[in-house]
Amino acid sequence: MKTKENFPIFKNNPELVYLDSAATTQKPQIVIDTSKEFYEKNNASPNRGVYDLSENATKKLNSSRKIISEFINSNENEIIFTKNATESINLIANGIVYLIPSKKDEILITEMEHHSNILPWQSLAKKLNLKLKAIKINENYELDLEDARKKISDKTAIIAFSHASNVLGTINPVEELIKLSKEKNILTVIDGTQIVPHKKIDVKNLGCDFFVFSSHKIFGPAGVGILYGKYDLLDKIPPFNKGGGIVKSVSLEKAEYLPPPEKFEAGTQNIAEIIAFAEAINFINNLSFKQIEKHEEELYNYAIKKLKKINNIKIYNPEKNSVPLISFNLENIHCHDIATILNDDKIAIRAGHHCAMPLMKTLKVQGTCRISLSIYNTKEDIDKLIQGLEKAQEVFKQ
Amino acid sequence: MTINSNSIYKEHILELYRHPKNFGSLEKPTHKAHEHNSLCGDEIIIEVKVANGKIDEIKFNGQGCAISIAATSMLTEKIKGIEVEKALKLSKEELLDELKIPISYARLKCVLISIDTLKKALEKK
Repeated sequence: MKTKENFPIFKNNPELVYLDSAATTQKPQIVIDTSKEFYEKNNASPNRGVYDLSENATKKLNSSRKIISEFINSNENEIIFTKNATESINLIANGIVYLIPSKKDEILITEMEHHSNILPWQSLAKKLNLKLKAIKINENYELDLEDARKKISDKTAIIAFSHASNVLGTINPVEELIKLSKEKNILTVIDGTQIVPHKKIDVKNLGCDFFVFSSHKIFGPAGVGILYGKYDLLDKIPPFNKGGGIVKSVSLEKAEYLPPPEKFEAGTQNIAEIIAFAEAINFINNLSFKQIEKHEEELYNYAIKKLKKINNIKIYNPEKNSVPLISFNLENIHCHDIATILNDDKIAIRAGHHCAMPLMKTLKVQGTCRISLSIYNTKEDIDKLIQGLEKAQEVFKQ
Repeated sequence: MTINSNSIYKEHILELYRHPKNFGSLEKPTHKAHEHNSLCGDEIIIEVKVANGKIDEIKFNGQGCAISIAATSMLTEKIKGIEVEKALKLSKEELLDELKIPISYARLKCVLISIDTLKKALEKK
């Protein structure tokens, strides 16, 4: 797959071995150019003016929404622009109170969640006096479906879980969890952040109620997030933020709001970056998931094989049904020391708790090293990583 | 692939990581504090026995990287026997000088967790 040349960061940093795409992906030239071009040639506020520039900005905003909605097979009016996936989850957690049946008093998450899919629910549980429960993981770093079946009950109001783990790489049995939840009339919230760069997602087929992801982890710019929600649910939730652009009429006493998605998008949108994000989606569509999956699977298999040959390594990955992301530790070397030594050779990996401290507790570690692969990575990148890890072991040898 | 000469993993740091000074715990500390490094979740616990306004005994434990363990080891050695007031005035620059390695912005927290924990312990009534 020859995609590296589309990413100018590698021209400007020829030695860079970038293995941290789960934190943020690099940006293709077309995305960078689209943002720049909007400011240079087309800048205006959408949904406001009647002059040509503003109208064009409105059209661009709408066509971008269409591209993104088609990408996950939703309706256009079910896509809300936010700041990032974190904001999307927080907005749902704030608005979902209007959808919870009164007899239900539990929120269910999993042990492998990112803090962004724990803290909003922890806070909501405290506020509404609900119980927060978490589905366990098993020894293969997968979700324990037996435990899920036990915990998904008539009391459960909401289930929120990641489609793919940002630490373990595990792709969760989403269809099964949604099926179990729907039988109990449970609201389903999926954090799709780590799956969308790797697999085709169809929210209609999944049947989830909410699905969130961030632009910057899928080749788009930072500052744009997506909140997908089923229209009839969104319709029942009042606006999260109040301000300009979300009303039909306002008096000093009351307001009549626009329907979704507009009622949730108060204030001027991050228009240039939304348009650039739509270009990122076009870029992926042009590559096709078939090609992306083939390339990433080959790299992932190569990386797992090479890593397993290293002495005194502990790998935290299910080795099947995983996105191309692998966490590991080397015995007696702290993950940050490994990351620092790799940095000497321009190898960028993530080390630490990955904003998943409850999972670290389950794994009985302070942190892990994590590599996450993308379309621009090569086998040479993995070879350099392996050499770097061997070097770290040499530095730290007793 | 060669060992970078700018590496922070000099032998004196690695030696302190492998065999830290004052590692362990005190039976009856007069002061004790526990701190986390928000970057990586590492934790350092410092226990101090103060007598006549001086740091009479000091021990630390916890889990950390080579930098945080070496820095805390060095810090405990440096302040053993000195007056509490003087220990509270210890600056990060003094500790960084003593470490004799170039610390990047991202790793600064690994050094400062030692001072932060010490000050938290000593400032506790």
